[in-house]
Amino acid sequence: MAGTAGGLLHGGKAIPGRQGGGWLGATRFEKNIATNEPPWVKWTLLGISLVFFAIFIFLPLVAVFTEALRKGADVYWKALSDPDALSAVKLTLITAIIAVPLNLVFGIAAAWSIAKFEFRGKQMLITLIDLPFSISPVIVGLTYVLIFGANGWFGSWLGDHDIKIIFAVPGIVLATIFVTFPFVARELIPLMQAQGKEEEEAAVVLGARGWQTFWHVTLPNIKWGLLYGVILCNARAMGEFGAVSVVSGHIRGQTNTMPLHVEILYNEYNFAAAFAVASLLALLALVTLVIKTWVEHQVQAQLNGDR
Amino acid sequence: MTMAASRSFNVLPGFGLAMGYTLVYLSIIVLIPLSAVFIYTMDLTFAEFWQVVTTPRVVASYKLSFGASLLAAAINAVFGLMLAWVLVRYSFPGKRLVDALVDLPFALPTAVAGIALTALYAKNGWLGQYIEGVFGIKVAFAPLGVLVALVFIGLPFVVRTVQPILEDMETELEEAAASLGARRWQTFRYVVLPIILPALLTGFALAFARAVGEYGSVIFIAGNIPMVSEITPLMIITKLEQYDYTGATAIAVVMLVVSFILLLIINGLQAWAGKRTGRNR
Repeated sequence: MAGTAGGLLHGGKAIPGRQGGGWLGATRFEKNIATNEPPWVKWTLLGISLVFFAIFIFLPLVAVFTEALRKGADVYWKALSDPDALSAVKLTLITAIIAVPLNLVFGIAAAWSIAKFEFRGKQMLITLIDLPFSISPVIVGLTYVLIFGANGWFGSWLGDHDIKIIFAVPGIVLATIFVTFPFVARELIPLMQAQGKEEEEAAVVLGARGWQTFWHVTLPNIKWGLLYGVILCNARAMGEFGAVSVVSGHIRGQTNTMPLHVEILYNEYNFAAAFAVASLLALLALVTLVIKTWVEHQVQAQLNGDR
Repeated sequence: MTMAASRSFNVLPGFGLAMGYTLVYLSIIVLIPLSAVFIYTMDLTFAEFWQVVTTPRVVASYKLSFGASLLAAAINAVFGLMLAWVLVRYSFPGKRLVDALVDLPFALPTAVAGIALTALYAKNGWLGQYIEGVFGIKVAFAPLGVLVALVFIGLPFVVRTVQPILEDMETELEEAAASLGARRWQTFRYVVLPIILPALLTGFALAFARAVGEYGSVIFIAGNIPMVSEITPLMIITKLEQYDYTGATAIAVVMLVVSFILLLIINGLQAWAGKRTGRNR
């Protein structure tokens, strides 16, 4: 599948890594003279990669929190308790609460039909599901402007009926749904394909109804993949900037999500406040990564237990 | 494209419902909106279309967007491979933290990344005060800033495609190479690299594809100077702000065509990687 890298499963196999032990024990490659480099090579590679990591990943993260607290805790709290900031938080939460469940239901439906049934055009369907990942967020916003904007296809009809989609909340939600569309599906499809359909068939043959089979057989099998997809979907839904920026209209207190609020504050040279709101989003990213790592750990433990 | 379940008997229920829902949802959210872009451009004659997408300012943005994306993906291919190698093969303190944080660019909202990188590389920033102050190289508000942002967002693509292949690798081949007298570098060049090459190219292509369309992390650090540091997605926004829908759409069509070609290349690369390593992805 194209689009992003990684995923809970790699080609139907669970992540085999981390079996080399943490940092306490040497990896299997280090114990083997044939797969080990001379110390100077090893330390050079380690040094270069960690400096690269520090500059490109670690420093930006630290910078967010340092800049946020630069003017002191008072300014920080004032920025976060500002009514416009609170309304941005609220809109971000509303958007995620609508977009994530919709894409979750879609992900399950898509994975069920693709993994449990054979039909022509399956590969084509998988590629189409992945499509939103390869499209610039700006173009996503543009498509909705073309359809629902004042000069768009339905623009005059919507105007006549006093319905606002562009420069209003519905547009923000639609754009968010588009950019987070594949997250759950792409986790579940390879997972359910790898699991096959024998267990469900057994349940059905033994007399379980369709929904019973799903709740009691399929769902327990896919719960980790589902959680994994949902947290990544949620992180993107709350953090989306480009697509939402095109359709939002940037009306303070009304159509500003948190990332858009960050942009407005930043462009007003209110850096401390911009970074204060940004620090909340950075915290969200860190929580996402913690849950993600925890899920990977659970899956690994389960697999080791099965062996 | 017929979607009927195959002739082989399937006892599982719900195909009609699940497939129907999938297709309707896919059409409403993705396919119909996307088709709008193409239908909208039909209003233009080819000559008009060509004129819009080849104005000097837009061409300058292609050069920056594609050039910086290519360079960023190349930088990520080198350092991402190194990082994946270090994470799989060596043990060091903080390894699990580094491993988890590699995904930060996936999880951190792009606008946050954008302002954080700008703060770091601005003239008075932690890094900018040395790079710009001492060496006189302007990073923030210059094309180099675009490159920095694209390296940031592309890194996990390379690491996370190469890492599982490295983890799966058996040691036998390298043992054979070593026992036949190959030097470590030769073993890497002629034994390890051919195995990971398809995955590395896939990661490169994924990072490139993402970088071309990236907006949020770039616009803060780029400075957005016409003809110098404007990226192509910004040109679409600029046209939209002038209510030039057709102009915006024409540029979007160019970007979409590039994205589709990249998608085909990535699918091909992944099929090749699957064959090479026996993975069925």
